[in-house]
Amino acid sequence: MRLSGVELEVLSILEENHRIPVEDIALMVNSSAEDVTAVIKKLEDEKIIVSYPALIDWSKVAGKENIVAMIEVKVTPKRGVGFDEVAERIYRFPEVTSLYLMSGAFDLSITIEGKTMSEIASFVSEKLSTIDNVISTTTHFMLKKYKHDGVIFGESNDKDHRMVVSP
Amino acid sequence: MMKEHQHYLSEMVKELKPSGIRKFFDLAASIKGVVSLGVGEPDFITPWSIREAAILSLEEGYTSYTANPGLLELRQEISSYLYRRFGVQYNPIDQVIVTVGASQAIDLTFRAILNPGDEVLIIEPAFVSYAPLVTLAGGKPIPVSTHHSNGFKLTPEQIENAITSRTKAILLCSPNNPTGTYLNKEELTNLAAVIEKHDLLVVSDEIYAELTYDEEYTSFASIEGMYERTILINGFSKGFAMTGWRLGFLAAPASFTEQMVKILQYTTMCAPHMLQHGAIEALRNTYHEVESMRRSYRRRRNYIVQSLNKIGLDCHTPGGAFYVFPSIKSTGMTSEQFAEELLLAEKVAVVPGSAFGESGEGYVRCSYATSLEQLQEAVKRMERFMSSLKLKETQAQEQYSNN
Repeated sequence: MRLSGVELEVLSILEENHRIPVEDIALMVNSSAEDVTAVIKKLEDEKIIVSYPALIDWSKVAGKENIVAMIEVKVTPKRGVGFDEVAERIYRFPEVTSLYLMSGAFDLSITIEGKTMSEIASFVSEKLSTIDNVISTTTHFMLKKYKHDGVIFGESNDKDHRMVVSP
Repeated sequence: MMKEHQHYLSEMVKELKPSGIRKFFDLAASIKGVVSLGVGEPDFITPWSIREAAILSLEEGYTSYTANPGLLELRQEISSYLYRRFGVQYNPIDQVIVTVGASQAIDLTFRAILNPGDEVLIIEPAFVSYAPLVTLAGGKPIPVSTHHSNGFKLTPEQIENAITSRTKAILLCSPNNPTGTYLNKEELTNLAAVIEKHDLLVVSDEIYAELTYDEEYTSFASIEGMYERTILINGFSKGFAMTGWRLGFLAAPASFTEQMVKILQYTTMCAPHMLQHGAIEALRNTYHEVESMRRSYRRRRNYIVQSLNKIGLDCHTPGGAFYVFPSIKSTGMTSEQFAEELLLAEKVAVVPGSAFGESGEGYVRCSYATSLEQLQEAVKRMERFMSSLKLKETQAQEQYSNN
């Protein structure tokens, strides 16, 4: 779908921070709040804007640290539906937080979150490996998150060192 | 300073006025929790790949001098950048000089062209260092005022009125600091006619060339017939967010650069070697980052212009740089009073327009090179400040009519 300049601007602003008031977005793109509301509605209806989650560093919250694993899965594609059917069987599990079809040595890349390593292990052995068409899995546990979705986690060194007034 | 040292000092330097911004800086720096619209530099940190290239350069031991006009490799990149972006051709061998900031490029230019008493037209409101640099080079700065009524755009008549038999050069800065005013191709062409007629040299400060928001940038050197009489000044500070690197450059006909290189030989020698490697990376691989910063400034410009107009601070929509220059005349205050009271009452720092020349009186410079959150907060505080002024005015009127 081809979008107008204003629509692209709105997307780019929302992608950075979706909590900016519609009135302020309107000022930034030289438009009215009504028009921006309509643009956002359209982008939501078209599922171009899919959702508005917050990016949370759960590792800082006591008792909420999750174990994250990335799993490489080899699959036999199914005639007629290719990888889609088996992908659907997998992404419907709520513990699967992302799923991509990849080129290269394996087919599906899955990110999965659980409370404990054994939770993830049992998901892999009981749920994932047992799906027809899944040939093999390789599980990698994530040790530390440095950057996610373009955002650096933890303390950033990029502080404002500028003088308060300068020519 | 001990009084008895006075007679050692140069009369010319003693007479230089300290920058009007300095005084305001001291005041603003003494207050905690200031939201600053007073900063004349990008809020972005230099793109990482540029920083990384400079780090690598240090690791590899590039700590020696370079050729006076800078690394040839960098001059080649500058030359192809100028052609790619603005369609102007300069030979990297003898027409391009890398300088310590665009400021040094301007200084070199004035030293190379001015004889005692030569006049240089400075279009005001103007960046604070132009006039002093003319003075230091033995010339005489002649202010030419521009006006809010046409968005502070310089007209051929304004040049014509300021010309004397001693006028040698005119300094153009588009987009302008502090007004943000951008002169497009047509407007520059109109100016070119007068410039040609009076055989003026043009010092074109194009440091904000990457930051125009409505029209593609036109370099003055690309205007027909102007190449031979233009000294093009640019740099990495604003577009590439590299202010602290102090890296600028100039491009000009070889008869000028030849003389300027002599001055370099005896003053700074060259710009820092390792930083020049960063600049090479900047020109080669980071243009997408420049574009992304430009998009961000453009949004903020739209936001701040409309917000200030809404709260009663009348301002034109500037075509470039990262400044807006609203009129504060409706408040009845001088720009210094306004800036000071706003700072004390609401802790918002803006720069009094009078710091940029007489025609800046009645205006303040607001820089939007700061995060949207800071801009939102600044607008909120300024709105409160403006309503408090109105309230005072109403109370005064009531008191007057009650008496």
